[in-house]
Amino acid sequence: MGLALLALIWLITFVSTYFFVAKTWWFPVGASASAAWIDHQFAVTFILMGIVFVAAQGALGLFVWQYRDRGATQPVHYSHGNAKLEIIWTVLTAVLFIGLNLMGSRVWATERFDPPEVGAVPVEATGLQFAWYFRYPGPDGKYGRTKAELEDASAGGESAVGLDPSDAASKDDIVSGTMYIPVNREVDLALRAQDVIHSLFIPSMRFKQDAVPGLIIHMHFKPIQTGDYEIACAELCGLGHYKMHGMLKVVSQEEFDKWLASKEAEKQ
Amino acid sequence: MASTEIIHAHAAPQGFIRKYIFSLDHKVIGLQYYFLALIAVFVGMGLSLLMRIHLIWPNANLPIFGAIKPETYLMFLTMHGTIMVFFVLTTAPQGGFGNYFLPIQIGAPDMAFPTLNMLSFWTTFVAFVVLVAAFFVGAPLHGWTGYAPLSAVPSAGPGEGLGADLWITSIAIFCAASLMGALNFITTVLDMRAKGMTMMRMPLTCWAWFITAILGLLAFGVLLAAGILLLMDRNLGTSFFVPGGLNFTGQTSFPTGGFSSSTDLIKHNGGSPLLWQHLFWFFGHPEVYIAILPGMGVASQLLSTFSRKPIFGYRAMVYAMLGIGILGFVVWGHHMFMSGMSPYTAFAFSIMTMAIGVPSAIKTFNWLGTLYQGRVRFHTPMLFAIGFVSLFVSGGLSGPFLAQPVLDIPLHDTYFVVGHFHLIMGVAAIFGIFAATYYWFPKMFGRMMSEGLGRWHFFLTLLGTYAIFMPMHYLGLAGQTRRYSEFTQVAYQTKLIPLQTFITYAAIVTISAQFIFLFNLFWSMAKGKKATDNPWEATTLEWTTATPPPHDNFGGRTPVVSHGPYEYSVPGAARDFVMQNDPATTPAH
Amino acid sequence: MATLSPTVAVKYPQTRHGGGSGAPPTHGNGGGDGRGANGSPDYGERLRRARLGLVVGLTPVIMMFVSFTSAYIVRKGLPTVDPRTNSYVHDWLSVNIPWGLLLVNTVILLISSVTMELARRQITRQAALAPVSSIPGVSLGEEKTFPWLGVTVVLGLGFLIGQWMAWQELAARGFYLATSASSSFVYLLTGMHAIHLAGGILALLFAAATSLLRKPVEGRRIVVDITAWYWHFMALLWIYIFALIEIAR
Repeated sequence: MGLALLALIWLITFVSTYFFVAKTWWFPVGASASAAWIDHQFAVTFILMGIVFVAAQGALGLFVWQYRDRGATQPVHYSHGNAKLEIIWTVLTAVLFIGLNLMGSRVWATERFDPPEVGAVPVEATGLQFAWYFRYPGPDGKYGRTKAELEDASAGGESAVGLDPSDAASKDDIVSGTMYIPVNREVDLALRAQDVIHSLFIPSMRFKQDAVPGLIIHMHFKPIQTGDYEIACAELCGLGHYKMHGMLKVVSQEEFDKWLASKEAEKQ
Repeated sequence: MASTEIIHAHAAPQGFIRKYIFSLDHKVIGLQYYFLALIAVFVGMGLSLLMRIHLIWPNANLPIFGAIKPETYLMFLTMHGTIMVFFVLTTAPQGGFGNYFLPIQIGAPDMAFPTLNMLSFWTTFVAFVVLVAAFFVGAPLHGWTGYAPLSAVPSAGPGEGLGADLWITSIAIFCAASLMGALNFITTVLDMRAKGMTMMRMPLTCWAWFITAILGLLAFGVLLAAGILLLMDRNLGTSFFVPGGLNFTGQTSFPTGGFSSSTDLIKHNGGSPLLWQHLFWFFGHPEVYIAILPGMGVASQLLSTFSRKPIFGYRAMVYAMLGIGILGFVVWGHHMFMSGMSPYTAFAFSIMTMAIGVPSAIKTFNWLGTLYQGRVRFHTPMLFAIGFVSLFVSGGLSGPFLAQPVLDIPLHDTYFVVGHFHLIMGVAAIFGIFAATYYWFPKMFGRMMSEGLGRWHFFLTLLGTYAIFMPMHYLGLAGQTRRYSEFTQVAYQTKLIPLQTFITYAAIVTISAQFIFLFNLFWSMAKGKKATDNPWEATTLEWTTATPPPHDNFGGRTPVVSHGPYEYSVPGAARDFVMQNDPATTPAH
Repeated sequence: MATLSPTVAVKYPQTRHGGGSGAPPTHGNGGGDGRGANGSPDYGERLRRARLGLVVGLTPVIMMFVSFTSAYIVRKGLPTVDPRTNSYVHDWLSVNIPWGLLLVNTVILLISSVTMELARRQITRQAALAPVSSIPGVSLGEEKTFPWLGVTVVLGLGFLIGQWMAWQELAARGFYLATSASSSFVYLLTGMHAIHLAGGILALLFAAATSLLRKPVEGRRIVVDITAWYWHFMALLWIYIFALIEIAR
């Protein structure tokens, strides 16, 4: 029985670790400035926790086999513990965990404490049951007024976010179902939600943030690679949660300008 | 009020109803809790099976259920979470085993307030009935966390009408029941211990139940408060959680409210959805420890008993549990890193969350230290205790990933989280319940459970649960979002369907294996080998009394305790265990 | 864990039948089962336990009001998005509270707390004398007792009626439950307090009912005693809520 347990626990440990190390299923390739940092922090955490995981499971399997009951003659070490070992272990884990945390906090700080760079592209993302809409303020740099009573999800586009055409600032606002952004420029994202909480999740950008009704949440990230990236909703928002997805197209600055101009032209 | 208990007397009550239905005996009440949890766990498990099947074959036409719609999937999801967390993980280890064995282990004839104890069970039962009733009117789809405004506005989706009201009501009733139970546990531990049973001589199971009760006492009041606010938002037109200007399916609704229709002083009332999350997780995180602490207590008890060795670092174990209990109340914000909460607050919560890993690490270290140089006996309860340690390590070590806000960015609300909390809070806690069942079954029913079936059950379940929940971590890394009813809509997620299929097959096998347990449980009640009073050669007080224990637990005697709970292999002792109530010993000089 | 030094000698080896047989029967020791040596209920023990239970039981009540308080204060400081302009605004609307009426209610509740205490002391005396009066042939005479318990119930009901009037007055001033967050919290806090106080009144009525059923005075005394402490707590809680509303409204 001891041997069977040893085999089972070690097998589970080996198989579990194997698929992590082999990266059979892994993060999508990071395409934002912060991805490298986040992936690095993950790797450090993963190595440390992996060592603890293998050591603890290995010891568990080994001990149950090595100290299996082999009859009354087998000596048992009568002990109520060892305070010194206990303290050493406590300090070690405390240093490990808190240290790990402090390492990661630097990345968190640049992600969330710092304001977006000067010249960042302003985009407003609005979540509603069950779609994402992205609004660009146009040449005037100002978002026009929206009104809840003008919102019409079935109409899509500007009506979906409830843009009020009577406001001067909304004349040049562009609303798109696909998010276009230029590469190597930071995005100054404003997140809103019209009904329930949604969460804008772009795995390749290592970006996720809830969009909360009643709040306008500002975030920023910087794509460093052109391409098409999928957007998913990561907060349960109702029966259509699973199909609330969108596309992020990271393009060159010229293409972005061209796209913006064509949208403006369409609007006139 | 508590003191209305006047009827409690030595003589066992006669008559079926007083004896088995509205019994005041903590042992009967414990069994009532246990069987309620047993019914609940099979309902919850059945729901998870339907969910797994729907995830892989979204268009399958099932017998009885027909084709499962996305909203039906979310209803199953809500009910699965609610039933499992409240009516299994809170009910079985604490209400069930705690009720049955806490008084016996501390040498008391009953709980401090037997009438309150009975009320507590029946209130729990009513809560369960109300929750099940939600099925018949259309259960809510907002998940067990019930984030507002999804849970606060009836037009947010199917099931958010009467079903959501029933759901909240059920939880509020459950809160009241848990508070009664917690009050009883705490008073019993503080006031009913036998002579010589000092706090530091209590078995670690009692410490676990005691600390769990304190957590419940502090946490459930807050959930009750949150539930009241949510019910008011839904039915009385207040705006605690609902901001203004919401728009559902094209209809604008300013929350003008019920009474104030004539006096619209402010049209938008601007409630805060985050307020719900704060209140909910202030309860929700301690709830995780409410589920797992009794399992830790049972694992400690069993590892010591079956290693024939005193527990390694008893005091450290107690302090670690206290530390977990205290820290458990200051980490709730780690559920909300991506919620729009201040990033500075997130930073503080993150540090506290990492700190809570320390007492958990102490516990693991001590369990391994207990096994080290012991003489391990592989009875079924011990197998599950070992499984508990393994699962606790596996589930616990994904914690430091999620505790770092920066890693929470890619991992939050993915299957990584699902795998993490199912391993640690779900399966580990369930292994604690299994271990406790196999361990105490002889005392409760006077018969032994089948060891052979127990082993099959153990190996299949351990392997099966790892096969289900370990791959979920990989899915999470790959960006598989949770609470999706199918994975056909997002291109990168469709690539993960093969692994999801594997999980579903693993789930089918694991769930089937639970029927071995069910059969073993009921078969052994009737046909099991007769048990002696102390079949495991354990030391705590429940093994000193008859099997099953008499109405007042010790047959008119009150035990006097002279030893700590885990005196195994004491050098110079006649046997390799010293009962807690063995008469005082003289140290050899 | 220093309960045992590393080497001990067990004097009495146990019988096969578990360890219970070795322990002598003992009664009434610390943390016993709440019954005296003669098998009759030990009321002193039970009173102590009930008081402990009350202290423990008040914790969730405190937690609940702590939750409401923090929600109240946080909400007051919280700017919210005005859906018309998409900008953050402070929408806190100061509630015009009927101070006079609430002050009168406060005085009523405080007086009821005093009468409650008098009732508690009265029944404590009665319970102390109960064993004497139960001796056949001994009569203490019909004690003229002032119905403090009844007075407390009446004052408690008076407070609830007063609160009801205060809510009417609030409504008359245009502050309904759902008018604004500020008024919602005022109704919530006062309403939850009223429900808790009503629970105390029910407990007192229960005590009165048991006196009609000729239950022993000691049992009734426990109900009255812990209800009294509960009642004092409710008075304190009310003063806290009153102050909170004054500060945060």
